Amino acid sequence: MANAIKQVINEVAEKVKMPSTPTRLRDLIRQIRAARTAAEERAVVNKECAYIRASFREEDSQWRCRNVAKLLYIHMLGYPAHFGQLECLNLIASPRFTDKRIGYLGAMLLLDERQDIHVLITNSLKNDLNNPVQFIVGLALCTLGAIASPEMSRDLASEVERLLKSTNAYLRKKAALCAFRIIGKVPELMEMFLPATRSLISDKNHGVLITGVTLIIEMCERSPDTLIHFKKVVPSLVRILKNLIMAGYSPEHDVSGVSDPFLQVKILRLLRVLGHNDAEASEAMNDILAQVATNTETSKNVGNAILYETVLSIMHIKSESGLRVLAINILGRFLLNSDKNIRYVALNTLLRTVHADNSAVQRHRATILECLKDPDVSIKRRALELSFALINGSNIRAMMKELLAFLEKSDAEFKAQCSSGIVSATERFSPNRRWHIDTLLRVLIAAGNFLRDDVVSNTIQIISESTSLQGYAVGQLWRAVSCSSGSLQHDGQPGDLDLQGATLPISERQPLAQVASWCLGEYGDSLINGHTNANEQEEPVVAGEDEVVDFIQGILSSSQSTIITKQYALTALTKLSTRFSVTVGRIEDIVTRFGTHLNVELQQRGIEYAQLFTKHVALRPAIMERIPPMEHKSSQQGLTNGSSGGGGTLVSNGDDNMLMDDLSSFTTTSTSHSAPATKDSNSLLNLLGGLDNFDNGPSAPVFTNSKASTAPSTSNLDLLDLLGGLDLSGSTLSSAPISGPLMTTPTGSSTSSLVNNNLANLLSSPTTQMSAAVSNSSSFLIDGFLGTAPTPSPKLQNVTAYDKNGLKVDFSFDRPVDNPNLVIVTLTASSSYGSTLCDFLFQAAVPKTFQLQMMPASSTVINSGIPVTQVMRILNPTRAVLKMRIKLSFSRDGMTIQDQDEVKNLPSALWQ
Amino acid sequence: MMQFMLLFSRQGKLRLQKWYSAQPDKAKKKITRDLVATILTRKPKMCSFLEWRELKIVYKRYASLYFCCAIEQSDNELLTLEIIHRYVELLDKYFGSVCELDIIFNFEKAYFMLDELMLGGEVQETSKKNVLKAIAAQDLLQEEETPQGFFEDHGLG
Repeated sequence: MANAIKQVINEVAEKVKMPSTPTRLRDLIRQIRAARTAAEERAVVNKECAYIRASFREEDSQWRCRNVAKLLYIHMLGYPAHFGQLECLNLIASPRFTDKRIGYLGAMLLLDERQDIHVLITNSLKNDLNNPVQFIVGLALCTLGAIASPEMSRDLASEVERLLKSTNAYLRKKAALCAFRIIGKVPELMEMFLPATRSLISDKNHGVLITGVTLIIEMCERSPDTLIHFKKVVPSLVRILKNLIMAGYSPEHDVSGVSDPFLQVKILRLLRVLGHNDAEASEAMNDILAQVATNTETSKNVGNAILYETVLSIMHIKSESGLRVLAINILGRFLLNSDKNIRYVALNTLLRTVHADNSAVQRHRATILECLKDPDVSIKRRALELSFALINGSNIRAMMKELLAFLEKSDAEFKAQCSSGIVSATERFSPNRRWHIDTLLRVLIAAGNFLRDDVVSNTIQIISESTSLQGYAVGQLWRAVSCSSGSLQHDGQPGDLDLQGATLPISERQPLAQVASWCLGEYGDSLINGHTNANEQEEPVVAGEDEVVDFIQGILSSSQSTIITKQYALTALTKLSTRFSVTVGRIEDIVTRFGTHLNVELQQRGIEYAQLFTKHVALRPAIMERIPPMEHKSSQQGLTNGSSGGGGTLVSNGDDNMLMDDLSSFTTTSTSHSAPATKDSNSLLNLLGGLDNFDNGPSAPVFTNSKASTAPSTSNLDLLDLLGGLDLSGSTLSSAPISGPLMTTPTGSSTSSLVNNNLANLLSSPTTQMSAAVSNSSSFLIDGFLGTAPTPSPKLQNVTAYDKNGLKVDFSFDRPVDNPNLVIVTLTASSSYGSTLCDFLFQAAVPKTFQLQMMPASSTVINSGIPVTQVMRILNPTRAVLKMRIKLSFSRDGMTIQDQDEVKNLPSALWQ
Repeated sequence: MMQFMLLFSRQGKLRLQKWYSAQPDKAKKKITRDLVATILTRKPKMCSFLEWRELKIVYKRYASLYFCCAIEQSDNELLTLEIIHRYVELLDKYFGSVCELDIIFNFEKAYFMLDELMLGGEVQETSKKNVLKAIAAQDLLQEEETPQGFFEDHGLG
């Protein structure tokens, strides 16, 4: 009863109040929360917003505060609230504290430095900074710290400087952080704050101390002069830190038994800045760092936070070697901590220090490898990167055992990263060839379809190079594929490859199928003859011709094989027709059937190869000759150009004689452009579109470093394409019509008549071809270099072309004196935060008066500490102003990042 | 320096946002959406750190609320967890065992508290007592301005 009466009274009261009293903030929140659907919520919000707008229009100041507060809530839900900006300014100008408090809160939420309106706030701030009430000054300082723009910083810096010297600690600490933000916006204002800053660190109040230290860090990081100026505070800092760790329990600043960890960490960070590259300053802090490192309570996160900061400081300054060992040992203990956050931090820090203190980190190898089994992906990923950084010639066998075990069990996202890491590590540190090949085969078996393309080409390269092990390799591959395709039982020879886990069907192992096909095509005869043992003691692997043909036919007829795999297989089969005797008829039959395949590439291959069985049968043995051992790539370490088996790319927008003369370079043109990558061509089109911005209008020369690892067989086929085109035109190579970048003309008819022995060899060994291209261009480089040596051209400033998303690309330039129209740009791509970047692809475009020639990148994978280089040659016959648009793509931690940009800061000396 | 702090619920609803570096509204919304989605899909056993763009994300769940901070490469992740914890302790003291509803209905007070703990993305006060004292004094100023008994009608209500 009483309730009912109360309700009636309330309703009457609501009705009476309605015109004057707006909904209360908490009531609005309640109403919004009561909404059951998004539409209902929208209706409530729209109604309220309409009311608030009307009230703002009437300049109703009595309820302004409440209306803005409601608007802030609505804003948080994601609705537009910009119409409240001016009202915030009105509230700030009000004399009431409540109004100011909400007004400043609104200003911080609704305005930021990018909005013009906030200039209006400067005057109110100036007034409030002089208010006698400390909390009003505090609100103004807080807002200034949050939304200061450069102009505002200039206008109010003197007020802040005055407050920095205030006797009130509450204001001093806030002013110190305001000064910190102001310096961030306008570094030249630093000067005026210097005198007042020094005294901050002799303060007793911890708030003033921590903000003062923050301010000094900012100043030191921004100006080397100031850094020297503050070197003399090192003893004071050491004293403060000492007092903190030595003083007894102080309830005000205690956090689980640690005295003011926030302040300790800030001081440690400042010590790190001051002691960097300074033996004297470092000497002064060695002792205290050791004390912090040994005296800090480590049972809680907070103590570890301090230890972590201490380790960073020890590693960063010129500290004693004993201290560095102590630091690494702290990280080693972190690795064993049950808290995964601490394990993560340890791995991350070890990764950063591994290049400086490799041997110290080596001692924790076992623990690090243990982290590979951690269920948390963040930890696993760090541990994997760190493991690769730790591999060297003496531990590679043990490390590889663990990493291969990891590879077998890991999720898809790790397989690509891990396998590529193993491949590059084996390239650098393999104890011998046989072990190298064994390891690569294990990777092919364990990683399935998650391998990156470069592993296939690398493996083929290595097998081709190792003439004495070719038979062995084909035997092991045969064992692996026949085991996984199920047609043969694994006979478990001791000492042979462990094929455990090789139970996946071959369709789940396309890269393995590709390598196996290639090797069977090249060395299939040794499998028949039984020359597949690496030494006399071992039992050779033997297979019959029919079995091999059955296997390849299986790949060719499976709907689950990719087109690339089928291309490998078809070429292999054709090659086998010259190595096998009894199955030639079968092979011819299979090859001929591909003349009607739905896929254009395969169909063309089918028709072309069929010609070798009929019309040009005499040429077949010569064309299908074994590929000579591929040249060893000079730069497996990823430091020079042209290593990853891909094609350098050349495109010219018309009649470019230099390119025409260079057969090898022009074949690479076709390679990259007919590579089956629609994605690439799309991006090329995009890039061209982007060129519209250039004054010279859209232009043709676009260069891609394509996928640095075009699958060899594809390139094979593409080369054939090219020849096909040449044949049609009925002319010699030098007069072949090059109509533009997309010049390959696939024709299926009578290709082989022109194909002579020599070319066939070239055809079948794309990699040699590539290296020819590379050596060719490098001789160019050397020419230019020799020309410059006696009279060096003026030193050209290096330019940072790109520095975002963890990738930094620097350009260095060279202009050979003998060819002043030529600019050689060497780009160096490095990873900014130590993470590994994969699938690095750099593309560049220049206006069409230029000619750009792009060499292949040294690698597609950027490891921390090992930058990737790539050379661009730009010919500028008209000496026009050089402009360049770049497009980059790479993946970091499994995320693909794409970006394009214009390189703006190219030095004008490049074209003058 | 801390770049921003977000509080959101297990349902992905934003409860508080503090941006210490200027961002267009659109970018703020996108960042919030991305991070909320990423963090909510992480399992409870995983570590509290994420590498995200050029920043490090440090997050921690307290009951139904996620506290998420973005810090720079040079900042200390473990200490950021302590800052989050300090903020939670302060809210807890102020509201008396704080829950998500307290923060929803008194979001402005949660902002005031944060602004006394941090300024411009850096810690300004390391004593809990001092922060609470400053907040209490300002609340008192607010109350004194509001005529007695009319607070409900004239204040924020």
